[in-house]
Amino acid sequence: MTHREGRRQTLYMYLFLSPWLIGFFVFALYPILSSLYLSFTDYDIIHPPVFVGLANYTEMFNNELFWKSVVVTLRYTVISVPIQLVLGLGFALLLHQKIPFRGFFRTAMYFPSMVSGVAMSLLWYWIFNPQIGLFNYVLSWFGIKGPAWLMNPDTSLYALIIMSLWTVGTGMILFLAGLQGVPASLIEAAELDGAGRFKTFLNVTLPMISPVLLFQLIMGAIDSFQVFTQAFVMTQGGPNYSTWFYVYNLYTSAFKEYRAGYSSALAWVLLIVVMLFTALVMKLSNRYVHYEGGGNK
Amino acid sequence: MSTIPSTGPHSPSSKVRRRRKFDAVRVMSFISLVIITFLMLLPLFFMVSTSLKSKREMLKFPPTFLPETWQWSNYKDIFDTLQFGTLYGNSLLIGGLTVVGTLISSSLAAYGFARYRGKGKNIWFMLLLSTMMLPYPAIMIPQFILFSKMNWIDTFLPLIVPAFFGSAYNIFLLRQFFTTLPDELFDAGRIDGCGEFRMWLKIALPLSGPALATVAIFAFIYSWNDLLTPVLYLSSSEKFTLPVGMASLTSSRFRIPPWHLLMVASVLAMVPIVTLFAIAQKRFVEGIVLTGIK
Repeated sequence: MTHREGRRQTLYMYLFLSPWLIGFFVFALYPILSSLYLSFTDYDIIHPPVFVGLANYTEMFNNELFWKSVVVTLRYTVISVPIQLVLGLGFALLLHQKIPFRGFFRTAMYFPSMVSGVAMSLLWYWIFNPQIGLFNYVLSWFGIKGPAWLMNPDTSLYALIIMSLWTVGTGMILFLAGLQGVPASLIEAAELDGAGRFKTFLNVTLPMISPVLLFQLIMGAIDSFQVFTQAFVMTQGGPNYSTWFYVYNLYTSAFKEYRAGYSSALAWVLLIVVMLFTALVMKLSNRYVHYEGGGNK
Repeated sequence: MSTIPSTGPHSPSSKVRRRRKFDAVRVMSFISLVIITFLMLLPLFFMVSTSLKSKREMLKFPPTFLPETWQWSNYKDIFDTLQFGTLYGNSLLIGGLTVVGTLISSSLAAYGFARYRGKGKNIWFMLLLSTMMLPYPAIMIPQFILFSKMNWIDTFLPLIVPAFFGSAYNIFLLRQFFTTLPDELFDAGRIDGCGEFRMWLKIALPLSGPALATVAIFAFIYSWNDLLTPVLYLSSSEKFTLPVGMASLTSSRFRIPPWHLLMVASVLAMVPIVTLFAIAQKRFVEGIVLTGIK
């Protein structure tokens, strides 16, 4: 590459990148740094920020609602993400066979994922209604008397976890694509060597689709760290703070109590947790995840 | 290779046995699929049927499977109770402009990453990848302060303008696609005197239909479902987006929640997404796969 050609390449690259570069500085980098600064201040958005050192962070660690939100969010993540992964993979395995109406089943199982957001929250708000809702009606077919779900602090979080399983179709499609990428010759070879279905799955299929599993684990966990819609629409964090999710707590302290400094500290803790989590999973995955062609990615 | 002779004499019988075993597995799978699908579709079925029930019938327990009287007027009432037309229009407008902005800005940046080897490219690419994981709640407070200084509160601008400056996820997706386009096409273009910008417009974009469709659909769905951002920025009810308006249906201003209207709203909110899915079903699935596997 000549010197002139190199300069031309650089010029055009930056020209094409320029919209994103502006966006990166204005909508990502500046807010990140700004919230780091604000997290050391007392700030109500109207009056100028006052520097308070680490006061927001020490307050956070002594704040009962902060810990409540951490526990709620972690419990939700730790329970719902693994179940979603297992069900998504399980359904994909069911569909990854020659079975009549395969296309119908696939579409039907993906369909609920199209009712995301507020529409889904409204629907399940009704489903979990203890007087007239669908869930306890279906349970009654089996002679079970269901709890009050969203109105009971002991069950409300589990209701939201059950609801999250309804959209497992997205994950299922990803797993299906992963399964289709496993070369048939590998499976046949394993079977010729006398490996049963289960052993073949464990030693051939699972390692081959481990990148999909890893991707879904990271994205699923990061998503569930940020649950907001369900808490806002269905429970308002209640009853008795049983669904007081981390981001709902952040939203309330920033935009209901106007404590932008303290909320920025919350935001930074979230940022660090997401970064640490991603780094940790990636590090672990080097050992367990198999990428075709040897190298990572 | 060495395993082939050893299976020789036994293979016919083992094949027969295996096929029968497979069939049992498949029958069980089929039955499980029927049950799972039934359970998955049941809420959707009731969503539609409840949306057509009368005020009295929606409170019945057990819920009736089909409405006793089909109350189509619910679909008219939602427009009066909830200013549904305004909400829907606002969301469509914001979603549409978000799609336009995302397509232009993300494909430009993706083209820059895919086609040029300029100085510092790797650093920028690493930064791009790291912003893919950036949680919106972590940056929303300074963004809010920024937009309020610009007097953009209670306007659609904070919901639309950022889309015109690229989104990391979509840039990454398109960049992956652009790198698969053959160099010869662009060399030929250059020889024909085609400018760099024209090559993006006339060569890269027309060849990237499926990838662009995927980005468009994702951008639309994200904007259509987003609740947090409009909740922060929009305060006057005639500017509300559909999710904000719908969320108000569970508020305490209703002594008994108008369940039938909740369901009408949910059904109607689904319409654009299902339509997109029906139009681009294959691409949609490809797109999910494209974003999911890296």
